[in-house]
Amino acid sequence: MDKNINITLKVWRQKGPKEKGAFETYQLKDISQGSSFLEMLDILNEQLVNDGKDPVVFDHDCREGICGMCSLYIDGHPHGPDSSITTCQLHMRKFNDGATITVEPWRSAGFPVVRDLMVDRYAYDKIIQAGGFVSVNTGGVPDANAIPIPKKDADLAMDAAACIGCGACAAACKNGSAMLFVSAKVSQLALLPQGRAEAARRAKAMVAKMDELGFGNCTNTRACEAECPKDVSISNIARLNREFVKAKLQD
Amino acid sequence: MTQINSKIPKGPLAEKWTNYKAHQKLVNPANKRRLDIIVVGTGLAGASAAASLAEMGFNVLNFCIQDSPRRAHSIAAQGGINAAKNYQNDGDSVYRLFYDTIKGGDYRAREANVHRLAEVSNSIIDQCVAQGVPFAREYGGLLDNRSFGGAQVSRTFYARGQTGQQLLLGAYSALSRQVGLNKVKMYKRYEMVDVVVVDGRARGIIARNLITGKLERFAAHAVVIATGGYVNTFFLSTNAMASNGSAAWQCYKKGAYFANPCMVQIHPTCIPVHGEFQSKLTLMSESLRNDGRIWVPKKKEDAEAIRAGKLKPTQINEEARDYYLERRYPAFGNLVPRDVASRAAKERCDAGYGVGAGQAVYLDFAEAINRLGKDVVEARYGNLFQMYEKIVDDNPYETPMMIYPALHYSMGGIWVDYELMTSIPGLFAIGEANFSDHGANRLGASALMQGLADGYFVLPYTIQNYLADQIQVPRFSTDLPEFEEAEKHIKERVDHLMSINGKRSVDSLHKELGHIMWDHVGMARNAEGLKEAIDMLKKLKKEFWSNVRIPGKAGDLNVELEKALRLADFIEIGELMAHDSLDRAESCGGHFREEYQTPEGEALRRDDEFSYVSCWEYQGEDKAPVMLKEPLDYEFIVRQQRNYKN
Repeated sequence: MDKNINITLKVWRQKGPKEKGAFETYQLKDISQGSSFLEMLDILNEQLVNDGKDPVVFDHDCREGICGMCSLYIDGHPHGPDSSITTCQLHMRKFNDGATITVEPWRSAGFPVVRDLMVDRYAYDKIIQAGGFVSVNTGGVPDANAIPIPKKDADLAMDAAACIGCGACAAACKNGSAMLFVSAKVSQLALLPQGRAEAARRAKAMVAKMDELGFGNCTNTRACEAECPKDVSISNIARLNREFVKAKLQD
Repeated sequence: MTQINSKIPKGPLAEKWTNYKAHQKLVNPANKRRLDIIVVGTGLAGASAAASLAEMGFNVLNFCIQDSPRRAHSIAAQGGINAAKNYQNDGDSVYRLFYDTIKGGDYRAREANVHRLAEVSNSIIDQCVAQGVPFAREYGGLLDNRSFGGAQVSRTFYARGQTGQQLLLGAYSALSRQVGLNKVKMYKRYEMVDVVVVDGRARGIIARNLITGKLERFAAHAVVIATGGYVNTFFLSTNAMASNGSAAWQCYKKGAYFANPCMVQIHPTCIPVHGEFQSKLTLMSESLRNDGRIWVPKKKEDAEAIRAGKLKPTQINEEARDYYLERRYPAFGNLVPRDVASRAAKERCDAGYGVGAGQAVYLDFAEAINRLGKDVVEARYGNLFQMYEKIVDDNPYETPMMIYPALHYSMGGIWVDYELMTSIPGLFAIGEANFSDHGANRLGASALMQGLADGYFVLPYTIQNYLADQIQVPRFSTDLPEFEEAEKHIKERVDHLMSINGKRSVDSLHKELGHIMWDHVGMARNAEGLKEAIDMLKKLKKEFWSNVRIPGKAGDLNVELEKALRLADFIEIGELMAHDSLDRAESCGGHFREEYQTPEGEALRRDDEFSYVSCWEYQGEDKAPVMLKEPLDYEFIVRQQRNYKN
């Protein structure tokens, strides 16, 4: 049964990308364990506003685990201590009365801090812009059932397509690698006949863009997979490597 | 009095769109390069429009409130998208999809628009598959379908419980390709704060850079609004936190009609409200009603025992359960349209049969798990069950889910003609932001269809009919006095808000607005309550403008200021909703007036008096708006009382 708890929060506060940040400590009383982590932050912010202080800035939007906007590093884990969820789906029942909770932004070379807990993830958009699509224009495409796709392939493609682009994979990686993100898109499109035609070009372009933007290399620590809120598998990275090597051999 | 001209093409219903396309004006490729189009919003409608327009050769400026266009709230749509493919050979057709949508909308939508929507629905599925959207498939490799409310065929395409996500990411990939080709310039973390009208035509916008807090000016030959709906007026809804009605409201204040504001949808299957700290409500997809059965206890004592925690739902045997939708609506059962299902839940809870804290009913999968096996149920709804368990801490495989209706979608919105142009020339509205296709109630899986229809297949045609006259018009300077004036006006508004320095946070005022709306302008409305609401909203507006507290500075990243600007508009939207609800003295679809119901408690439409779209025209600060009527003359189908019983 949910009850009310008292907690201590240590929150990273940072004015801007170039400024020095520091932890600030806040006490919160009588937080219902039925509230979500972000609702707890709402309560903190309400308290700060009432005290005439600047509220903590953090990204959030859909609050149902699908937009990929929320991005908190809680007690050393992207999206907190629960598995297979985003920060907005984390509930306070995962914490005990009297707990001290540390909240930080994503820390990764590819994602500079904008303010407090908000980071800039435009790098992920740029990687998609480099090749994460099928080059078709609107209109003039064949009937949707013209090409049968084995259910197994469609399901695998869907598993990869579940990625929400939140950035937890790169934030969890000690090398700051975006390989799980890149491989999810490369896999989804390489598994489907519609994306097959430009699979080689796509793999090369997206990997090149990822390198250019300062993301690190993959050393198979599997931290990304463990922290991914959508359980995207690192078998996608293996598939990306195959696609990449195949493409390079064709050069 | 101004006449409303909806510009519906003449001719037989099924030929209108074909004829329109055959005779409309086009812009040649060389001229397209000289024309700029602003698209505000990157959801299904905005992203698909921006991508398609750029592919055709126009220069597109696309604005996004989030940090990436991939995060627009279309992404949260779960269940599916309708199309008249008839792949299941169950008797579907363009006409049947058209008819179901008109009927589902309680005969308050335009025939010609809805028929066009049904016509282009099939192309959407083709387009999405070509983009690599991983729709669910059968073992034979062909596409799978399921059923949604208000239909007796299986015409809904889906990608697990994440259809909106996959469709949005499809549109986002097409959009990203155009950004990479420099055909779309993407402005992220920007929020539109005004539309700029020059010589009677929309020529640009003022947008606030959410990182720097600076107001910036953008000019173009046409402006497209794709900013979604306004149900966050109620504070608690299934919409995302940043979803707002401000862009639409700015258009209204510059002269665009606002149509049918009272028509909002209350979705029957959401996770019930948990406490005062609640920030938003989570939807459980309508697709669950394919296999889930909705019930409350037959006996009041059982309901009371459940509420007191003395009895578990699994301890109540079959005979003691009231599957009230199956009882009242045998032909459609659990798959009645949303408005009907929502009201039925409220009726049972108000009568004292509610479970949980009293405002909840059960959605039970025990029968489906027995019939299909847990594996099949998990394959169909696994992610939804997981989502439910994470929020409520209950396992829906073992005990029924608890659900209750919540605000979900606005059928009303900016008025548009057949070309999706508002009453301001050069200003277009697409997707949920416009009012056009869903009448008084939207059917499930039709929002995705309409957003993508507008963005991929309708607007890219119709906007050319307008732009063909604009090819000689050179690019505008943002130094024009109209831009100066608009920016000055916004700056004054912002400065005023910052100077109030009162005692109340934006959220506390927004919650108060939500309570007023839910209690008086919610699922059941009556004249007395609406008048009371109008009075309360007036007071709330005064309280907001004299007692709101916004920390920080205007020219800086300031989340509280963003929220305050939106709330100022929400309060006024709420007022207009209340006026429209009062004015429409009938019940239809999502708009239920207690005074107008049949003896069985169903919505009682009054076609002879209210077969029109109410188009509200702004008259100025503190002046009552004027209501114009667009008559809905049905040429092709006969209105009937909606019947989902037999």
